[in-house]
Amino acid sequence: MTLTLDAPRIVRTRALLQVSNVSKSYGPVQALRNVSAHAYPGEVLGIVGESGSGKSTLLRMMNLEETPDQGSYTLDLPDVQGNLFDLDRFARRMLCATRIGIVYQNPHLGLLMKHSSSGNVAERLLVAGERSFATLRAKATEALEASEFPLDRLDAPPIELSGGMQQRVQLAKAIALEPALLLLDEPTTGLDVSVQALVLDTLKRLQQDRKITMVIVSHDLGVIRTLADRVMVMRRGEVVETGLADQIFQDPQHAYTQQLVHAKL
Amino acid sequence: MTLSALTKPWEAMSYGFLDGSAKRELRRKMLKSVAVPGCQMPYASREVPMARGWGTGGLQVSLTLVNPQTRVKVIDQGADDSVNAASIRRFIARVAGTPTTMDTLDADLIQSRHRIPEEILREDQILVLQVPNPEPLRPVQPNMSIARQMHADADYGRMWLQLYEQIVRSGRVMQGASYPSLVHGRHVMTPSPIPRWDVPKLNMSKHLTILSAGREKRIFAVPPYTRVEPLVFSDVPYKVEEHAHLTCYRSGTKGFFMNEIPQDDSTSAYEVSDSEWGVKAIRQRESEPVTIGETWYKNGEMPE
Amino acid sequence: MTRVLDISGLTKGFTLHHLNNRIAAFDDISFTVDAGEFVLLKGANGAGKSTLLRTLYRSYVPQAGSITFQSVHGAIDLARAADVDIAHLRRTEIGFVTQFLLARPRVSAEAIVAEPLRLAGVPQDEALDQARQALAKFGVKQDLWRAYPTTFSGGEQQKVNLARALIVPQKLLMLDEPTASLDANARAALVNRLTELKAQGTAMIGVFHHPGDVEKLIDRVIDLTPDFTPDEEERADVAL
Repeated sequence: MTLTLDAPRIVRTRALLQVSNVSKSYGPVQALRNVSAHAYPGEVLGIVGESGSGKSTLLRMMNLEETPDQGSYTLDLPDVQGNLFDLDRFARRMLCATRIGIVYQNPHLGLLMKHSSSGNVAERLLVAGERSFATLRAKATEALEASEFPLDRLDAPPIELSGGMQQRVQLAKAIALEPALLLLDEPTTGLDVSVQALVLDTLKRLQQDRKITMVIVSHDLGVIRTLADRVMVMRRGEVVETGLADQIFQDPQHAYTQQLVHAKL
Repeated sequence: MTLSALTKPWEAMSYGFLDGSAKRELRRKMLKSVAVPGCQMPYASREVPMARGWGTGGLQVSLTLVNPQTRVKVIDQGADDSVNAASIRRFIARVAGTPTTMDTLDADLIQSRHRIPEEILREDQILVLQVPNPEPLRPVQPNMSIARQMHADADYGRMWLQLYEQIVRSGRVMQGASYPSLVHGRHVMTPSPIPRWDVPKLNMSKHLTILSAGREKRIFAVPPYTRVEPLVFSDVPYKVEEHAHLTCYRSGTKGFFMNEIPQDDSTSAYEVSDSEWGVKAIRQRESEPVTIGETWYKNGEMPE
Repeated sequence: MTRVLDISGLTKGFTLHHLNNRIAAFDDISFTVDAGEFVLLKGANGAGKSTLLRTLYRSYVPQAGSITFQSVHGAIDLARAADVDIAHLRRTEIGFVTQFLLARPRVSAEAIVAEPLRLAGVPQDEALDQARQALAKFGVKQDLWRAYPTTFSGGEQQKVNLARALIVPQKLLMLDEPTASLDANARAALVNRLTELKAQGTAMIGVFHHPGDVEKLIDRVIDLTPDFTPDEEERADVAL
């Protein structure tokens, strides 16, 4: 009943991120089935779906933490070529460290909990080859400040910080090298509602100030609605619907999306 | 031709205590470690009549390298006369029939725990360092499989992070002994627990250094004329221990690495750590004939 | 006059999967809008006025027909344009004005009004300057400019919203009852701004509960009431 959409005609830039026909099975479980996704420079792509829909697996693949059984992944960046799933371990690590930032739901995955917060951010810069202590300190401070982290706690280890603050450290680490792509895996899930709003606001500011391309995965529709320009709905490893954020929320086409949107409080 | 003509007569043990295949393995691993400077090579550390952790790694290397003409010097924390050094020296002499010496200049092979002698080593000398923990990444990556991948990828960000953390917490780099150092611009190694004072001696040195950890079964090497650079931030210079101004209370020698000896009145006296260097200085003062070698440090400074 | 919009055979309905039925909104609608033209949509409640606006804005996806928009990049069918193109047009050429403000925590009134200008690439200072002028015109008190609209009353929020929605001159503007519950002064400011934009060539399609508010602007009225007679009660609500 719906019209098929044309290829972009006004926006002539190529998509920054292009994942094509990705499938992945874990034994008998098919986690992803022929999934494709793209994001244009500066765009925020939201991925929603219930637990087990494959959305986090897809995000981990975008961070090159996992390789699919088939499919390809490209980033339209200078000196980044070909299917990124074919890169060796070393090239992957360098690409992830310098071009891709990620914020995990669980800060333990992204942070060294007993190192200082500034050190966590500095590590990224160290991996990229920065060897001046003063520069490391200045850049770490700058990134933490941009994430609205209180600077009097600069050297406090994340283990002593609240959940919201830990997410800010992760965010600072993710943006320290000004990545082309920022991946967010349930960045506010598990935080108090008020803290959640503040973290979302920080993300929104960063996105507007720095024009970072973001992919955000969440089962929380409010989070997606606040941040995403475009939404992809996933279920059982497949994409059931994609569209502009307001269209997905106001006029969902697929039965599952309708169920999801109507289930929102 | 008879069978007995083809075989050797029975002996209680092989020359140099270790059996032929053990020595062959060690020789191969030593060649490998020289070929890839600073890279840890695994080896099947054999039993020697000494507890693991007491220098078995160094001892196996020494036993493999000696022949009846090799003059052996063994030091422990700079001293030739400590129990451990004396025992190892006697053991090597007994099982390999080697001559021994305490004079750095006379030695062909020096097995050492935690020090490098103050006199410059020559191209014909080999330094064997005993290593308790060969893995510089262990404090930052307890999983050894991942640590080896990190070495393969030259992924040393975490090592630098450790230094960053020390400066943030204490205002300076707190790493004392085993200061992580980049060998030949590629592998980071721990130079065994030698003090920071000794690390610059390894850089572009004329002698071969072999580092061996018997308990951990790892061997690595710094070949002659190889760069050894302690990891430092470009704006936080490498600092050695502040011993340049200290004078040895026994020999009067000044500008070398010292042992601190606490006194009853809560002050400290200092004694030169390289004991044979101190002995030579005293002999020279008493006008005995003695050959003093050129030292790495001059007036307490390491020349560039 | 330059044609801005050419709507042809536009059809929209909603499929409600959990009820297993389809609700028709409108069928086979065709009309055109020129630059500087103000088109009022009228019809009974439920005739699909707002639905049509949202379909034109692509918040709703049409099921058949075409919406040919003359963008600066040439003609493009909004019914079939790629999402990324629609997003681009919304930033640059097509505006949508409702009565509700999407306030965000910790964003000041002037910053929220300046945001569309910032997205269009206007420098920060200039954008803020224009934002303050707009807020002043809509009668938002100066001491509120730097405050967070999340705490404002409904009326004040609505003024901030209008200032924001109308700050960038668009080629096409959709107006979804922007005057509802607006005080007289703000309504006058709105009419002034719309008149200004109209003179600059902005094409407008509007739904107004009280079209009298914008009477002088209306060039044409399109009645969406289907060809059946609504019952009397509903008719009482019919505008115009």
